[in-house]
Amino acid sequence: MANKKSNFQLVANGILQENPIFKLALSMCPAVGISTTVMNGVMLGIAVLFVQVFSSVTISLLKDFIHPRIRIPTYTLTIATWVTVIDLSLAAYFPAAYAQMGIFVKIIVAFAIITMRLEMFASKEPITASFWDGIGMGLGFLVGMVAIGFIRELLGSGAILGHDVLGFKPLLFFILPSAGFFVVGLMMGFFNWIETYYARRKRGEA
Amino acid sequence: MNQPKYLSFFVLVFFVLGLAGFAPAADLVVDTDFGAENQIVVSFRAAVDKAEMADAARYSVFEESDPDIRLTVTSVALSDDGRQATLSFAEPLNTTKTHIVMTKDIGGIEQTSSPVSKSYFGYLLSILISALLINNFVFTKYLGLCVFFGTSKRKQTAKGMGVVFTIVIVVAVSMSWVLFQYVLKPFKLDYLQIVVFIGLTSLTVQAVDTVLRKVNPILFKSFGVYLVLVIANCVIIAVPLLMASNEYNFFETFMLSLGAGGGFLLALYLMSSVSERVELAKVPPSFKGLPIAFIVAGQFAMAFLGFSGLELF
Repeated sequence: MANKKSNFQLVANGILQENPIFKLALSMCPAVGISTTVMNGVMLGIAVLFVQVFSSVTISLLKDFIHPRIRIPTYTLTIATWVTVIDLSLAAYFPAAYAQMGIFVKIIVAFAIITMRLEMFASKEPITASFWDGIGMGLGFLVGMVAIGFIRELLGSGAILGHDVLGFKPLLFFILPSAGFFVVGLMMGFFNWIETYYARRKRGEA
Repeated sequence: MNQPKYLSFFVLVFFVLGLAGFAPAADLVVDTDFGAENQIVVSFRAAVDKAEMADAARYSVFEESDPDIRLTVTSVALSDDGRQATLSFAEPLNTTKTHIVMTKDIGGIEQTSSPVSKSYFGYLLSILISALLINNFVFTKYLGLCVFFGTSKRKQTAKGMGVVFTIVIVVAVSMSWVLFQYVLKPFKLDYLQIVVFIGLTSLTVQAVDTVLRKVNPILFKSFGVYLVLVIANCVIIAVPLLMASNEYNFFETFMLSLGAGGGFLLALYLMSSVSERVELAKVPPSFKGLPIAFIVAGQFAMAFLGFSGLELF
């Protein structure tokens, strides 16, 4: 329709310009709560990617049948269905990782990012575009989670994906739960700084 | 004129209460209480033979609900006056359940049995305090952050959001409990938890919206905007899931939801008080807005860690 972006642009948009964690600042709970290791980030990222893609496609398919007044409950129930699917699958096939993520997989149902994408994108666009937008948003979330997990795991326990790389533990503080707030806050500040830095340089050159 | 009647009534009540209170332990054991997390303190009426008292094999302890599982007493420590024995167990006791302590052949009395339990009201209050402070959903469980950062800029907004959220969560979770206990569990539909709980919450929000709009339009004008945000708050789905996995009864569920809502209100109010001041401070430009809010929240989270050892009841 109005959107004439290519599929690649849709994916890149989700990862960079509209990154769910750092740019839209939505779905912060897991970014703070369980981003202590890269593995957690990957697992939850995959779960969100799955739910986002399937919900987007479902809503995009059904958009002509949904009455506008009940659209929000419809979105919620669609998401809840897909969350149940991924929740039960993870519990069955990856019990160890699932136990570590605790309640967060079920909480995906209340992530603002998914509902927002359904409302803003999937309910207006055709199926293929919704599919790629879902992929982009899911990957953006995954990348954000992995980035935070990378910093926290490296600085907190000196390891990446459970492999000891540094040989020592620089700052134990980073794997403590409350450090999540600090890491996310500092990273956001850092990205803002880079952005203003480049903007200023561009202006200087122009 | 009525006084004598009342008097005799009271005397009777006290007599019955006294009987109820002392009858089971009148012979030997006066009082039993939970000590540290893996201890039970047994108080005796008089000093008894120390060798008998210190013999772990003469005690048997079990949870009232499953008498078949005997908890093994690892050691018995005596007080100096010989009237108190502290039983230690290998594993921490579940102090929310009533335990039965039975003694055998101590002080020449063949068998006594006395219950150990915490007062139920205290237990309920401890659930409330736990959800409010120790396990505050925002600062120690990291849930509901999107809405938390969105609505904690002004005290006025914070109060509105907190109050609306508390009302909705108490209503929604109470209904979820009924549905969970009487529909989902009997029909083995546990796997539908997520769908049912979130659906029920949306319904509650919609119902409150409709009712408030008709009944009190002025209140709706000031609080209506927050209703939409309630559904995007992870806490609203986390609480019923917790309730279901802990098998809480209705009062416990009520206290949990009240604590969760109150905790959210508390967190929002604290955060908004700081936010209003941060706005006046000189913050580096790249940290303006969300980044600094996150760092403030991190400090709150560290402060709330201090509640982790709190035990009131």
